[in-house]
Amino acid sequence: MEDLPLTVAEPRQGWSGFGLGSLWRFRELLYFLVWRDVKVRYKQTAVGIAWVALQPLLNVILFSVIFGRLAKLPSEGIPYPAFSYAGMLAWTLFSASLSQASGSVVANKALITRVFFPRLIIPIAGVLAALVDFGVAAVLLGGMMAYYGIAPGLSLLAFPAFMLLALAAALAVGIWLAALNVQYRDVQYAMPFLTQLWLFATPIAYSATLIPERFRVIYGLNPMAGVVEGFRWSLFSRSDPPGPLIGVSAAVVVLLLVTGLVYFRRMERTFADVV
Amino acid sequence: MSSSTVAAPAIRAIDVRKRYRLGEVEPYRALRDSIGRVISAPARAAVSLVRGRQRTRTTPARDGYVWALDGVSFEIAHGEVVGLIGPNGAGKSTLLKILALVTDPTSGRAEMRGRVGSLLEVGTGFHPELTGRENAYLSGAILGMPRAEIRRKFEDIVAFAEVERFIDTPVKRYSSGMYTRLAFAVAAHLEPEILLVDEVLAVGDAAFQKRCLGKMDDVAREGRTVVFVSHNMTAINQLCPRSLLLVGGRVVRDGPTPEVIRTYLESAAADSGERIWAEDEAPGGGAIRLRAVRVRAASGVTGDVPIDEPVAVEVDFEMLSSGYPTLCVNLYLLDASGTVVLSTVATPGANALPERWFGEPHPPGFYRARCELPADFLNDGRYYISVFLVTLGPVKIEAEAREAISFNVFDTGSMRDPGQTQWDGLIRVRLPWTTERLDTP
Repeated sequence: MEDLPLTVAEPRQGWSGFGLGSLWRFRELLYFLVWRDVKVRYKQTAVGIAWVALQPLLNVILFSVIFGRLAKLPSEGIPYPAFSYAGMLAWTLFSASLSQASGSVVANKALITRVFFPRLIIPIAGVLAALVDFGVAAVLLGGMMAYYGIAPGLSLLAFPAFMLLALAAALAVGIWLAALNVQYRDVQYAMPFLTQLWLFATPIAYSATLIPERFRVIYGLNPMAGVVEGFRWSLFSRSDPPGPLIGVSAAVVVLLLVTGLVYFRRMERTFADVV
Repeated sequence: MSSSTVAAPAIRAIDVRKRYRLGEVEPYRALRDSIGRVISAPARAAVSLVRGRQRTRTTPARDGYVWALDGVSFEIAHGEVVGLIGPNGAGKSTLLKILALVTDPTSGRAEMRGRVGSLLEVGTGFHPELTGRENAYLSGAILGMPRAEIRRKFEDIVAFAEVERFIDTPVKRYSSGMYTRLAFAVAAHLEPEILLVDEVLAVGDAAFQKRCLGKMDDVAREGRTVVFVSHNMTAINQLCPRSLLLVGGRVVRDGPTPEVIRTYLESAAADSGERIWAEDEAPGGGAIRLRAVRVRAASGVTGDVPIDEPVAVEVDFEMLSSGYPTLCVNLYLLDASGTVVLSTVATPGANALPERWFGEPHPPGFYRARCELPADFLNDGRYYISVFLVTLGPVKIEAEAREAISFNVFDTGSMRDPGQTQWDGLIRVRLPWTTERLDTP
């Protein structure tokens, strides 16, 4: 008999690493899960994939009318629609990935209880599936900037880094909530409020310059504050980079991500029994 | 690599145990329960200190744990096809989930040599909105088949499932038969060295079940190792030369399948001719519960029936809420080898008598269904009865008791002429015979 791979089922104790190696081995499954989520999302809708562009667009119109026109919020000298849309772009990427990721483990109960694969694939697929929508919405922003005659500078090179930061933030919070949701379905009822509160705490409709200078670093504890300001800076580069704010946000994301991974890896051993 | 002469087995389980918290049977718990537990935990800890920390296994312990598996050890050689049988709740599915790495054992260890493929449910990962083609790829990826391999086998899969014309239609438009066929076809083309199969043959029509069995047989012939869980004794008998009998989380019998099935049937069924369930152990749900099954001959309730007397099977059930107009009782009669001799159901089309309660909502209360098997019908030997309470529409099992009771049919010699020793056949019926002479004298 040729040498066959040995698999062992035994109780796992203590810290068993992040399991990144097995994630790589199952990358094809990750690809298929992302593909499924994207493919299925706008099935049986009248306008189909147009929803990807419609959602952020409708939001911008709403924001422009209410805040830009009626409340006359300052927008750092950038036309208000472009200003708020850039914020919305970052926010939508975050909130869409977060909502997909946080409910993902429970939503994929049938898989979790029947097939073996690294459980982390599930929330990661949820986060990545939101990238497609993001791509379409980003093209829309390009059109809008061209319309207003805003040319991005060299700072645009930093844009992918902020995109990654948004994804990392969504994954970090997403895996925390996904693992918690397995035990406590309270999570799915609290989610809408959490997202709404977070939306208001993030400088999308308004500029972070509204926050007094001395509080701005504390403001960075909201990781999305750093992401949104980073988005605006890299796209419009009207001001100096909001360094401290972004630094604090990035640190918070790393902290949440590492603790989230530890918590998720610890809890995943009982997912199949509890979910 | 040469010194070892004994080939390592394909699967080796060493004292595998799995403990579940009773609360985990509930789908999930709310945060406040957990807060309550934290608050009450010191009190409980104090109580258990005073009482001493004695824990009994297999039975639900005071602290709310059950042992689904309680020290399971066995070895399965490469190329062996092994059946796993036992009553509901014996731990069969838990064992399969541990071998499939879906859940970890609480203690002990299982080693598998070779790629493990698990088929714990037909259609795992299927999405109703995706087409047949898309689902074949998705499901393949989930079961561990690389994309290139699926592409290579795609034609075979589609042909086996007989869904060529609908391969680009969303599966939500499929009939349940087509859906099942496609799902099984994908799984059947997996090529792991070790295949774990849980009761997949319980679905689909008879013809397809037969083809599934055939496919499984091929898999076994190709020298792969298969562990097959089923309640279908005929299928187990046909596929698996060896079986393990699991009862209460332990392997109580391991050997040639016919012997293991016999042990199982003997142990599972009460042979006094009657089985009564107490309120807290009655099979069923919150609305319908099975309360008793008994066999009645002319002499009364008995486990021994003369071959020339009719046998009545009585099923007592309780309705806790009203409704269920399509509720009917479904009986399976099995012989000692597990072969289904007959199945019968109290629907109007299958009933020789008018049924008062069919189509009527059942008010809460107790009911007794009665079915009579004619005299001079069953051959002598031991028989087992499985009872199902089902509702129609889509058929749904509301309560079930497999192999709930057994009875013995003994030969009174009524059909026997001097010198005749043995009757062959599952049934022994007195049939109308005539003989006439064809050439005129």
